[in-house]
Amino acid sequence: MTSVVVVEDLLLLQDGLVRLLSTNGFEIAAAVDTGPAFLEAVDAHRPEVAVVDVRLPPTFTDEGLRAAIEARRRRPGFPVLILSQYVEQLYARELLSDGAGGVGYLLKDRVGDVRQFVEAVQRVADGGTAMDPEVISQILARRSRRSPLAELTPREHEVLALMAEGRTNAAIARRMVITSKAVSKHIARIFDKLGLPPSDDDHRRVLAVLAYLNSNG
Amino acid sequence: MSTMPFRSASSGRRLDRPVRRVSWRLAVAAARFVGLVLAGGVIGGLALAWLGASLVTLLPVPVALVSRRTRWLGVPFLAVSTWLVRPLAWLERHRVRLMTGTRIEAAYRPLSASQRSRVRPLLADPGTWRDIGWLAAAGVSEVLSMADLATLMVGPAVIVWTPLWFAFDHGPRHLWAVALVPLGAACAVASWYGGGRGRRTVPLATARVSGWLLAPPEGARLRAQMEHLAETRDETVDARAAELRRIERDLHDGAQARLVSLTMSLGLAEQEFDRRPEAARQLVSEARASARTALSELRHLVRGIHPPVLTERGLGGAVEALALASAVPLEVDVRLDERLPAPLESALYFVIAEALANMARHSGASWAFVRLWLEDARLRLMIQDDGHGGADPARGSGLRGIERRLAAFDGRMTLSSPAGGPTELFAELPCRP
Repeated sequence: MTSVVVVEDLLLLQDGLVRLLSTNGFEIAAAVDTGPAFLEAVDAHRPEVAVVDVRLPPTFTDEGLRAAIEARRRRPGFPVLILSQYVEQLYARELLSDGAGGVGYLLKDRVGDVRQFVEAVQRVADGGTAMDPEVISQILARRSRRSPLAELTPREHEVLALMAEGRTNAAIARRMVITSKAVSKHIARIFDKLGLPPSDDDHRRVLAVLAYLNSNG
Repeated sequence: MSTMPFRSASSGRRLDRPVRRVSWRLAVAAARFVGLVLAGGVIGGLALAWLGASLVTLLPVPVALVSRRTRWLGVPFLAVSTWLVRPLAWLERHRVRLMTGTRIEAAYRPLSASQRSRVRPLLADPGTWRDIGWLAAAGVSEVLSMADLATLMVGPAVIVWTPLWFAFDHGPRHLWAVALVPLGAACAVASWYGGGRGRRTVPLATARVSGWLLAPPEGARLRAQMEHLAETRDETVDARAAELRRIERDLHDGAQARLVSLTMSLGLAEQEFDRRPEAARQLVSEARASARTALSELRHLVRGIHPPVLTERGLGGAVEALALASAVPLEVDVRLDERLPAPLESALYFVIAEALANMARHSGASWAFVRLWLEDARLRLMIQDDGHGGADPARGSGLRGIERRLAAFDGRMTLSSPAGGPTELFAELPCRP
């Protein structure tokens, strides 16, 4: 069983998350409501993944995000899934900037689709990514000719967006109704166009997503 | 600064460069000062010309006004000459501010659009008469002060030049006069340095007198300020009310309606659970879809009221987030050491967001620049783009909205957007930390 720390200050939502995750095969290591308590819980219980709300007491600003980044600084690659009432590309970029993967950033609404949400938590725990489709659509909404991404074909763009959401090759193939082999080809070309160095596939995926989030227009 | 030469003399060359830099700065300051005095002279000259022309024509004007045949001549003259006073006074206010550092406010009565071309409201404004009074006094004093400076500049040249001219013009017998040149030069240098500080006194004093003559009396200033405040308050109240109405309508037609439909779906599902589980499942998933839409509408609404990223990251972070979301590549340079007061932060955010939205919609720009900084307890905002210009606050409601938001904080906006571009928006508002 994957052990998880839940960080959420609204009791109603904390209870909901705990119930949802524990009925779907996760072990709840701790459920806390502040940044410092979260960092303590990470040290004490060594969970495999954390689900963290962006806005936490006492400042009710981006404490959760800062705590998550701090946790990943202390334990590089520690998988964190951030939940928020809204998404900002800026935050997604900060989360991914260490290039280590194991990062998720989803709207709280997505919890409603239990199966997909649970999959996302598991994926992040396994070192993958889970970017909210809204982050992706924010980027797509203002694509311009200048970015290095401009060289990608629309098809490759679609593949990259799905990759950013955290989907596997097989899932991308299903979604786009093409073969897995075609997906691999697209991905190889994307890595090539973005100038990503050859290394293990997971790491390059994260870097590609990061390039995507960093694309300034 | 006066001790610098001694220090550099005693410690050799090492101080050479700072000294040179200081003297360079002094030279720039001196040139600026001289330039301002010359500008004063020009303004004074114009003032004198205006006075002369007015005096010459002042007598015929009543006659012209009385006689039916020449009435058409008198009125335009009066209009034009009265209108000319304001630009002159405007120039002088700026000059005085640059010279003395004191800001002289212009307190004219506000004119409605229909009054702009009339003379009567202009003549009824005490501000106009104050300007005319200044013209009379300053016309004389500014010219004198410039003449004084000119003597200073010409004097040394004459002192050095005369012996040279004497020596070479009157043949070899008079070459001894060349010996007088160093003496003359010494005199010139002594008079420049000795009188240097004193030389500033006269132009500075005349500038101060100018400023004093142009400054509105306290009463007029307060009245103008009050009128301005009342006007901006009305606009702010109206805008706020409209905003609240919009939010109410959005909530009513949006999230509230969705929640009602969600409740209905859930209620129906509850009924159907035992009899038709498949239908119940369908209803529950409809309810979830409703909830999702309601959430997304609420999110949208919240962004419009107060963007969460502004709460979390302050103006710098929020503008950066805007840049990431902007279709036009945007450079951001926000230099604020600490968070601004929340109302100011929010107003500025929407000013920037509105300006950028305007730009994206109309300018055709391919690059833009946002800069925000604090200087002399005033917040300054500059937004530039390389679009095709032609923005006009009189036509765009977006720019009007920006003016209104700024006005609520006593801020001002200036817009330069010639046809063909580029467009530059500059805003300034007081900010007490």
